Amino acid sequence: MNSALVKQETVTLWKKNFSSFWSIFRENTMGLIGLIILAIFALMAILGPYLVDISILTVDGVTQVMHPPTAGYVLGTDDLGKDILASVIIGSRVSLLVGLAATVISMVIGTLVGIVSGFYGRAVDTILMRITDVFLVIPWLPLMLVMAALLGPSLGNIIFVIGITSWAGTARIIRSQTLSIKERPYVERARAIGSGDGHIMLHHILPNVFPLIFANTVLVAAVAILSETTLSFLGMGDPTQVTWGMMLHFAFSMGAVSFGAWWWLLPPGICVVLVVLGFTFIGYALDEVLNPKLRRRDQ
Amino acid sequence: MKLLEVDNLTTYYKLKEGYVRACENISLQLDRGEAVGLVGESASGKTTAALSLVKLLPENAIIKAGRIMIDGHDISGAGEEELRKIRWKEISIIFQGAMNALNPVRRVGEQIVEALKIHEKISDKEAIRRTAELFDQVEIDPDRVREYPHEFSGGMRQRVMIAMAIACNPKIVIGDEPTTALDVMVQAQVLQLLENLRRERQMGLILITHDLSVVGETCDRVAVMYAGQIVEDGPTEKVFSDPAHPYTRALIAAFPNIEGERNLASSIPGNPPNLLYPPGGCRFHQRCSEAKAGCRDIEPAITELAPGHRACCHLLQGRVKV
Repeated sequence: MNSALVKQETVTLWKKNFSSFWSIFRENTMGLIGLIILAIFALMAILGPYLVDISILTVDGVTQVMHPPTAGYVLGTDDLGKDILASVIIGSRVSLLVGLAATVISMVIGTLVGIVSGFYGRAVDTILMRITDVFLVIPWLPLMLVMAALLGPSLGNIIFVIGITSWAGTARIIRSQTLSIKERPYVERARAIGSGDGHIMLHHILPNVFPLIFANTVLVAAVAILSETTLSFLGMGDPTQVTWGMMLHFAFSMGAVSFGAWWWLLPPGICVVLVVLGFTFIGYALDEVLNPKLRRRDQ
Repeated sequence: MKLLEVDNLTTYYKLKEGYVRACENISLQLDRGEAVGLVGESASGKTTAALSLVKLLPENAIIKAGRIMIDGHDISGAGEEELRKIRWKEISIIFQGAMNALNPVRRVGEQIVEALKIHEKISDKEAIRRTAELFDQVEIDPDRVREYPHEFSGGMRQRVMIAMAIACNPKIVIGDEPTTALDVMVQAQVLQLLENLRRERQMGLILITHDLSVVGETCDRVAVMYAGQIVEDGPTEKVFSDPAHPYTRALIAAFPNIEGERNLASSIPGNPPNLLYPPGGCRFHQRCSEAKAGCRDIEPAITELAPGHRACCHLLQGRVKV
């Protein structure tokens, strides 16, 4: 609605808002480090196929097996002679994709449940929040494992399973904020001018909980990527895809530990840790930027 | 035919302890282009009475009785769907505290466009054009429709609320303390604006306020409320110059006077009664300086002092002029 009104100056306003946001964000060392880490991994994922020759990952029997890092193989090779560096780069694509897609699912469900629950209250709230409680109290790892095992190992299923098990915390946060916003006078005013429930939720409550969704997304993304790795490591991943979790899985099951092949185990592990760290850093930084109470005076 | 006729409107709030009799037997009339002031202390039921007209009440409110006629059309039995159409097209509200009645994260213009589009089937472009027009009418630069509420001053926000209230050309506007949080200069501007709009558009205006000077400046008639009841109503000049009810007299005396000697205005001793357990007889008898024995037990009847000037007090029984 009223798109013409919005479009005209939206661009300049966005620029204005973004530059003021950026000026605070860039003061935040933690946030900057997180951003740089993620930017590197994002570049790696996007440019992956151009950086490495995918054919290295096919097994042709000529290459050297379990080779420690040398000039030819910067990070060595695995038990099938696949290049570890190439695997890590290609694996970042699926790992990030799964993490982000699962985050989107999780945020959509969490926001929807949170707003509807907080807005309608009463029976709706009770039912939705009890369901949320179930997802909160059930240990998520076994739940994910059971679901992944039932649905079968495919990329879509992994995304679905992670998304469906990680929305509960978001729903709780969004609900509590909705409870506070729906009592504000402008919501009453919106109702007085004849707005329906859907309209109020979409146009009055959603824009007000948006900073919360934004900050939460980053933290959920970190958990989602970690979950993907965990599932794959435990053998519930898609064996046809190269992901960091699958690499760890094969490294572990093929005895990389007893063989002493540290070059096979460490790179994917370090990548996962760095990406999760990057998201977490940005999450904390966003919290500081978007929450004026946490801002330091000199900023 | 009057524009608005309200008969014996009674609204209670249901609490665990019982019913709060927030407003009882309210009767009001309003002509086209007329302004009626609804005055009284805080918690005297002014806002409840006004919001009962459009049924914008908290969930625990119950409209016990009463008939509301707009243009001869009875809306007391209207359902939620019908009411949504009546609100804003027929009766609209200027909300108390404009500071909070605008959504801080949405553009001011958008929020008026929203009101227009809910009630009229018009294109975005048309709605934006109308919004700019409305801004012009409330004397705000139409270019500012794209700004956010925090970029507006208090007086301007109140103007925006007025623009929103008149967006769909309502016949009646209820102003719920529209100038309470503003300084006197801005207050005067906003009241002048309301006055002009009312005359131009022949709107009926119900002005809720506890500021008698505002009523004196803008309202043709005034209704004084005490403890959920209208104790006196009549032409503003008549009520102010010759108040019939002891409460009206006390209220006028309690109003500070800028001229003359420096002394504190006389307040009314005691507090308004708890409407959960309203006192018997006349509700004002505990605080009334002229109360007699009968005031405690017998509820006073309405006395018509002059055409259109009525009050509700035992002391008037002797001086009926009709």
